[in-house]
Amino acid sequence: MSDTQQKASENVVISKVGVAAGYVDDRLASANFTKRLLDKVFPDHWSFMLGEIALYSFIILLLSGTYLTLWFNPSMTEVIYNGSYLPLKGVKMSEAYSSALNISFDVRGGMLMRQIHHWAALFFVAAVTVHLLRVFFTGAFRKPRELNWLIGTGLLTLAILEGFAGYSLPDDLLSGTGLRIAQGIIQAIPLVGTYVAMFVFGGEFPGTDFIPRLYSVHILLIPGILLGLITVHLIMVFYQKHTQFAGPGRTESNVVGYRLYPVYMAKAGGFFFIVFGVTSLIAGLVTINPIWLYGPYTPSQITAGSQPDWYIGWLDGAVRLTPNIEWNILSHTISWNLLIPALIIPGIMFTLLGVYPWIEAWVTGDKREHHILDRPRNAPTRTALGVMALSFYLILWIAGGNDIMATAFNLSINTVIWTLRFALFAVPPLAFVLTKRICLGLQRRDKEKLLHGYETGRVLRLPHGEFIEIHEPVSFEERAVLLSKVDVPALEITSGEDEHGVRNPKGRKAKIQAKLSGWFYTENVSAPTEEELAEADEHFAHQLGAHERTAIDSH
Amino acid sequence: MAISRRHPAALLAVLVVALGTTGAAYAAVAAGTAPKVSAPSATQVTAGKQLFLEGCSSCHGLAAQGSTDAPSLIGVGAAAVDFNVATGRMPMAGPGIQAPVKKVVYSPAEIAALAAYIASLGPGPQIPTVEDVSTADADLALGGELFRTNCAQCHSFSGRGGALSEGRWAPSLMKSSAKHIYEAMLSGPQSMPVFSDNTMRPTDKRDIIRYIEELQKQEDPGGYGLGRLGTVTEGLFIWVIGLGALLGIAVWIGAKSR
Repeated sequence: MSDTQQKASENVVISKVGVAAGYVDDRLASANFTKRLLDKVFPDHWSFMLGEIALYSFIILLLSGTYLTLWFNPSMTEVIYNGSYLPLKGVKMSEAYSSALNISFDVRGGMLMRQIHHWAALFFVAAVTVHLLRVFFTGAFRKPRELNWLIGTGLLTLAILEGFAGYSLPDDLLSGTGLRIAQGIIQAIPLVGTYVAMFVFGGEFPGTDFIPRLYSVHILLIPGILLGLITVHLIMVFYQKHTQFAGPGRTESNVVGYRLYPVYMAKAGGFFFIVFGVTSLIAGLVTINPIWLYGPYTPSQITAGSQPDWYIGWLDGAVRLTPNIEWNILSHTISWNLLIPALIIPGIMFTLLGVYPWIEAWVTGDKREHHILDRPRNAPTRTALGVMALSFYLILWIAGGNDIMATAFNLSINTVIWTLRFALFAVPPLAFVLTKRICLGLQRRDKEKLLHGYETGRVLRLPHGEFIEIHEPVSFEERAVLLSKVDVPALEITSGEDEHGVRNPKGRKAKIQAKLSGWFYTENVSAPTEEELAEADEHFAHQLGAHERTAIDSH
Repeated sequence: MAISRRHPAALLAVLVVALGTTGAAYAAVAAGTAPKVSAPSATQVTAGKQLFLEGCSSCHGLAAQGSTDAPSLIGVGAAAVDFNVATGRMPMAGPGIQAPVKKVVYSPAEIAALAAYIASLGPGPQIPTVEDVSTADADLALGGELFRTNCAQCHSFSGRGGALSEGRWAPSLMKSSAKHIYEAMLSGPQSMPVFSDNTMRPTDKRDIIRYIEELQKQEDPGGYGLGRLGTVTEGLFIWVIGLGALLGIAVWIGAKSR
C-alpha cells in the first residue's frame, strides 16, 4: 500500500468516526462533556489504583454472579442429591445446596465461575480495605472530601454484609453455622432481639424462609445500593478532582498528571483485564470454599475449624475473646458475651471510622481545603491513631483463627485466647507510641536531609589524616517533597474570658479543643525556616568547594 | 372407703422382681455380645508381660493397675494396645498433655505380645480382623453423613484435625489406617469418646472408614486445596499472594509512567 492510499483509508476511518460522533452530539449535545471527560487529568501513583482493584472486582462479581443466578436455586425444598459428586449421592439436602453442587460439578464452567465469584469477593473487600487505609494515612479524607469518606465507609459496611450473605446462600454446613451465629447475634439485641430474629427468619431457626429472602438481598438489594453508591463515589472523585502527592510543580490548586484519554484510558482499561486475569488464574488453580466437603447443613452437625470469610474474621475473633457473661434480669437474658463483641464493638468502630474526618477537623481547627496529600510521617498523631486501630483490628482478626493457630503451631487454645485478650489491651497503646516516635524520627531525618544533605557514602581522608563523609544536597524532586511539610500551629489555650472578664459560653469546649489540638501537633518537628535553608545552601556551596579543592590539592 | 386389699410391701416386691428380671435378662444378652477374649498363647502373654515390665510399668504400674501418671490398663483390651503402640503414641517420650504420633518403638511381634498380655488381664475390645475393617461393601454417602455427625466436630470436615481445650488436639486422619481408625473408635484413646458396637454398629464404622479413605485419596476438584483448612488459609492466600500480585502490578504500572 502506498503512503497516499494509507492516508486516504485513514481519512475514511476518521470521517466515519466523525459522522458517528456528530450523530450522537446532534442528539445529546455531549461533545463538550466528552471532551472535558477525556481531557480530565489524573495524578499518577500506584496507591491510587487500590480503589480501581475494588471497582474491577465489583464488576467481576456482577458478571460472574449473573452467571451463577442462571443455575442457583435458593429453595429449601428437600431433595435427594443425584449429581456426579459420588460421596454425596443419595444424601438428603436442600435444593439450594444441591444446585450449588450442580454448579460445581455438572454445569459447564460452573466451578470456575463459582470460584471466580468467591475469590473476587475476597479481593473486593480486601481492596476496599487497603484503599481505605491509603485514604486514611494520607489524609485524603480532609475537606472537601469528608462526604466521600462517609460514602466509602458505607460501601465497606455493605461489602462486608454482601459477602456474608453470599457465604450463607449455598446452605452447606459452613453457611448454616454462620447463619446460626448471625441469628444468635440478632437474638442478643436487648428486648426486641428474639422478636426480630423470629421476624427475619420467619420463625424458628433455620426454617425455610431465610435463604430465599437472603437471595433477594444478595443479588438485588445490596448490589443495587452498592452500584449506586459506587457511582456517586466516582462522580465525587471526578468532580472534586483527585488528590495528589507533593512534588515539583504540584500545588493545592492544580493537578499534575496525564489526561484520561489516551493514557489513563489505556492504563485503567488494561488494569481491569489484569485484575480479571489474576482473579481467573487464581480461581482456575486454587480451590475456594469446597462446599462438597462441608456437606449439607443440618443444625445437629458442626465441624471443627468453622470460620467465616476473612472480612468477618475480626468479628468472630471478638466473639471468641469475650468472656462468657450473661445477666438474667426479670427473666430476661442479656447476653453480654454476644452484645459486646458482635454489636457494641463493631458499632463503635464503624461510627468512629465514619465520623473521623469531622473529629480530626474539630481537634485541629483546620477549615482549609486540602488537595495535596499528607505524608503519613507528617501527621504523626493521625498515623499513630490509625496504626493503633489497625492493631486492635488485627488482634481480633487473629483471634478468629485461634483454633487453626493452636493446631498449626502446637499451642494450647486457652493460652492463645488469654494471650490475645491481654494483647488486645496492651498492643494498641504500644503501637500508638511506637508509631508516633517513628514518625517523629522520620521528620527529624527529613529536616536533616534538607539542612545537611544526604550521606553519599563517599569517605574522604584529608591531608592531615581526618576522615569525612561527603554530604550532598537532595535532588530537586525530593526537595519539593520534603519542603511540602507545613507547620500547623496548635490552637491556643485561651483563658475562657474576654478582656472585659466576660466568660465565653463556649470557653470550656474551646479549652478542650485547644488541649486536644496541642496533643495532635506539639511534638511535630518544625519545618526549616527560609534562613536555615539559605544558610544550608550556602554551606553546601562552600563545603563542596572546599572538598574539591582538597581533593585536587592532594594529587 | 374401700379397704386396700394389697399389702403395703406389694409394690416394693413387684419392683424388686421386675428389676431383677430385667437385670438378669440384660446380663444374659450382654454376656452374649461381650467381646470374646481370644486365647493367646501362653508364651505370647509371658513375653508381653516381660516387655510391659521393662517398657510400660514405670507409669502404668507393675500390675498395669495405673498410677497418678497413667491410667489402669486392666480391661482396655488388645485394640487399645495395638492402636497406641503401633502408631508410636506409646510409649510416651515424656509426660505431656497428649501423646503425639511418633516413630514406632516395638516390632509387630512385640506389639502382639503386649496386646496379648493386656488382653489377658481383663476382657476388652479385640484387634479387628481384616474383614472387620474391609470397606468393600461400605456406603460412602452414609459414611459421610456419619462422619459429619460424629467426627467432624473435632477432626474437622476434611479430617485434618482440630484444636481441643488446654493444648489437646484431635489428630489429622489423613495418614491413619483403616485398622487404627477402627481401633480408635472401639477404644476411645485419650480425649476421644468410645464408639462401642452398641452405639455405633460395625457397618457404620466401616462406612465412616470408607469416607475417610475417600478424603485421603480425593484430589481437590477445584484446584490446589490450601490444606483443606477452610477460610483461614483462603484469607491468607488472598492477602499475601492475590493482593500481593495485584499491588506488585500496580506499582509496576505506576513506575512505568515516569
